[in-house]
Amino acid sequence: MKTALQIEDLTVKYGEFTALDKVSLAIQPHTTLGLVGESGSGKSTLARVIAGLIAPSDGQVLLGSQVLGKKRSREQHKDIQMIFQNPDSSLNPKHTIRQILSEGLLFHKVVDRAGVEQRCKELLDRVHLDERALGRYPHQFSGGQRQRIAIARALSVEPSVIIADEPTSALDVSVQRSMLELFSTLKSELNLTMLFISHDLGVIHAISDIVAVMKQGQLVEVNPKDQFFSRPETSYSRELLSAVPKMPISITTGGLS
Amino acid sequence: MMATNPILEIENLSLATSAGKSLVTNVNFSLGKGESLGLVGESGSGKSLTLRSILGLLPRGVEQVGGAIRSDVRSAMIFQDPRGALDPLCPVVRQLAEVVYYRQNVSRKASRTIALELLEMLGLPDSLKQKDRYPSQLSGGQCQRIVIAMALACKPGILLCDEPTTALDVTVQKQIIDTITRLQQELGFAMVFVTHNLAIASTMCSTLCVMKEGQIVERGESLSLLQNPQHSYTQMLIHSVLPLPELERGAGV
Repeated sequence: MKTALQIEDLTVKYGEFTALDKVSLAIQPHTTLGLVGESGSGKSTLARVIAGLIAPSDGQVLLGSQVLGKKRSREQHKDIQMIFQNPDSSLNPKHTIRQILSEGLLFHKVVDRAGVEQRCKELLDRVHLDERALGRYPHQFSGGQRQRIAIARALSVEPSVIIADEPTSALDVSVQRSMLELFSTLKSELNLTMLFISHDLGVIHAISDIVAVMKQGQLVEVNPKDQFFSRPETSYSRELLSAVPKMPISITTGGLS
Repeated sequence: MMATNPILEIENLSLATSAGKSLVTNVNFSLGKGESLGLVGESGSGKSLTLRSILGLLPRGVEQVGGAIRSDVRSAMIFQDPRGALDPLCPVVRQLAEVVYYRQNVSRKASRTIALELLEMLGLPDSLKQKDRYPSQLSGGQCQRIVIAMALACKPGILLCDEPTTALDVTVQKQIIDTITRLQQELGFAMVFVTHNLAIASTMCSTLCVMKEGQIVERGESLSLLQNPQHSYTQMLIHSVLPLPELERGAGV
């Protein structure tokens, strides 16, 4: 099967410190790979290398069949979009939502100038926001709404791969839930390939098809979700899973259906 | 819901900004010796402010506008961000010994001995005894242990915990929770535990108060509250806990 994104022997060093140590990973088209690990395990570094924000010391990233080099073309940049943990710092506070959304549309020439307004409205509708939001500024929205705007911006240029780096960690539990529901609808409607990073195993369970575990810059386990959560292969994964605080009662209604 | 011999009583506590915006309204609870109470709710629900008002640590611009807090024992607090709670320019054992020196009125030498005993109690590495280190040289979990040791150095009757594990990784979180539970059994302090994580709150505390927009909307014994939530907000909180399947025992490794 053709892979959407392939990473081969990726190594990143920050001075003496090795943040990624020969990581190889393949993501199939239209699947969501959940990447878990503790802080400092290299999850975000991996995301940033794939998005082209950090140049790797060694190894390569392949998008479909083309190698993504140090200098990427506009088209290659457009194909991989990223959603960050904190929408407060990823949205320009002095731009209206209209400016935020239309910037990418015009830069990548997704639609012409006349079609921008219409497309912006469609994008907001996709993330369940009212079109009146266009004239407002990011600070006029709640954290969850801001994250929706960030998602709309990532979707605006019609990328083939979305990287979400802890998109729900800064949000309240109830908002987190609606955000995950949004992600799974978008995933099925738009056939997205997604790399979803989180340290929260509950979130990973709700969203992923495949789970990959990182520890100290290395990939320790890659397995389908069901297998990972019931029969993890490595003792580290088992340790992670058993450390999650459990509710004293069993919840039957929780989770995403 | 009054404890028979409360060591902490909060009656009709109301907090507001100096501009008059109400932040916490009519919060009531009491805490008996050795009991643990959990305050759960989302951000902005006023749980941290309630906790801080017990110590008189309200942020600038927030005032108590009504009600009373009565307590006849000492309380100490553990904060969410351990690095922020420690002095980055002072080695940790020295910081800890300083707290012991002022709080327990002992000599400098004795304070160091007590500090080292506390370190041992919290399972910190022995190497700290020979060579003191700065907070930046310790991991997040180790820093949080130092903060807990400092809180315990005050010999508190009540330990106030403000999301002590939120900034930590799951495995470290488990260790810290185990440590706090063990210490509570050994030392018998009462505890007010603020968290947004229902699973943690219900394992740590016998009683839970659910807060929303500055008010306690529901309270009760942990298990029965979770099994039979009355308020729609509590139900929503419970439903937003993401379930994990059970691990198969003995399989895998």
